[in-house]
Amino acid sequence: MELLGLYHYWVFVVLLMTGFYAVVAKVNLIKKLIGVSLFQSAVFLLYITMSKVSGGTAPIVLPGMVDPLYSNPLPQVLILTAIVVGISTTALGLGIAVRIKEEYGTTEEHEIQEIDRR
Amino acid sequence: MTAVFSIFLLTLLVITALGIVRTRNLFVAVMLLGIFSLLIAINFFILDAADVALTEAAVGAGISTVLFLGALALTSERERLGTRHRWLSLAVVASATLVVLYATFDKPRFGDPNAPVHQHVAPWYLEKTPEYIDIPNVVTAVLGSFRGYDTLGEVFVVFTAGIGVLFLLSARRHGAAHRPPGERDPSGIGLREHVIPRVVGRLLVPFILLFGLYVQFHGEYGPGGGFQAGALIAAAFILYALVEGEDRTLAAVPQSWLNALMVGGALLYGAVGLAGIALGSNFLDYSVLAANPVAGQQLGIILIEAGVGMTVTGTLLSIFHAFAARDRA
Repeated sequence: MELLGLYHYWVFVVLLMTGFYAVVAKVNLIKKLIGVSLFQSAVFLLYITMSKVSGGTAPIVLPGMVDPLYSNPLPQVLILTAIVVGISTTALGLGIAVRIKEEYGTTEEHEIQEIDRR
Repeated sequence: MTAVFSIFLLTLLVITALGIVRTRNLFVAVMLLGIFSLLIAINFFILDAADVALTEAAVGAGISTVLFLGALALTSERERLGTRHRWLSLAVVASATLVVLYATFDKPRFGDPNAPVHQHVAPWYLEKTPEYIDIPNVVTAVLGSFRGYDTLGEVFVVFTAGIGVLFLLSARRHGAAHRPPGERDPSGIGLREHVIPRVVGRLLVPFILLFGLYVQFHGEYGPGGGFQAGALIAAAFILYALVEGEDRTLAAVPQSWLNALMVGGALLYGAVGLAGIALGSNFLDYSVLAANPVAGQQLGIILIEAGVGMTVTGTLLSIFHAFAARDRA
């Protein structure tokens, strides 16, 4: 049970590093952006994991609850806004990738660098 | 039982993530990313974050997939060159993984009520929300009132990103043949010729809109608010554009309206903040907006949530239209 308490964090680490690998090792720009999305989702999972209290419930105060125990609302607020900001910035990245494709004819990083060197 | 289910879901998340990185077909990767978002939304729900789950399901599984597909249509569907410096990257990632894994052993155990994160301001928020604001959803109270500055900043980031996409994609393409106005464009009519998607899609759109409005106005009482509602309403219009075609969507809601929504939402939020100053208190202090401080807080939260909803709807739809219009330029 002791180690089970860390399983969420390990999943966070694996997801984070999977996204990191895609950003570092992949050549395609769209694939790199997918990697950034994975990385981002992993951070969201970390925050929400930290907000959970065992035996708690969603932080919505209802009358008539006896001695209620709520999960932490603060990380939830931070992540809620971060998700929408995340999609907007990802869209900006996709816009840049589309413009690069139009100007260079490719979204593979190698080929873009070669065209730049010429 | 929930523990078993959440371990199953988390393991599924890892498998999906590995699948996303392994596949060289970007279309498959984007579809898997949609599934990944849905899975992580279920996880958020199990972890008591109903508001976050709703946002992730609407934004991650819905709108993000559509935007990625729009970008794929404009670039290419396959990665031609797979991986560069595979072993070096793997070595870097593996060592980083070990370091972060080592750090997790110092983390408080999952669900520990005595973890430092639960000792700081969160108990104060939970205790004071009924007294100061008197709305059931503490997440909305923190988002709108206690941390209104943060949310204002986030709204402006969303707005700025939207402006950025419009700048990038509205420039005319080099050497693209310019279509004379009025000529029928074959790719912009969506699925209008396919009966079943059209009938089902048209049936769904009003209900999605209704649900979006419910989420917007019920955000003080249950999971919901401007961010989720904005994403849902944008999703309804995107569905309409997919089944009925871009031109009909733009005829129903022209780009100028979307620009007005984008700007108007951010301005409404700012104006509510300035109204606080004008009435003799601090920026974004809503308690002076009405005779009774609690009623003032509630009024302020309703107004800024409306502003958030407007900006998010306008921005997401503008981004979608920018990608879709580029396809046909």
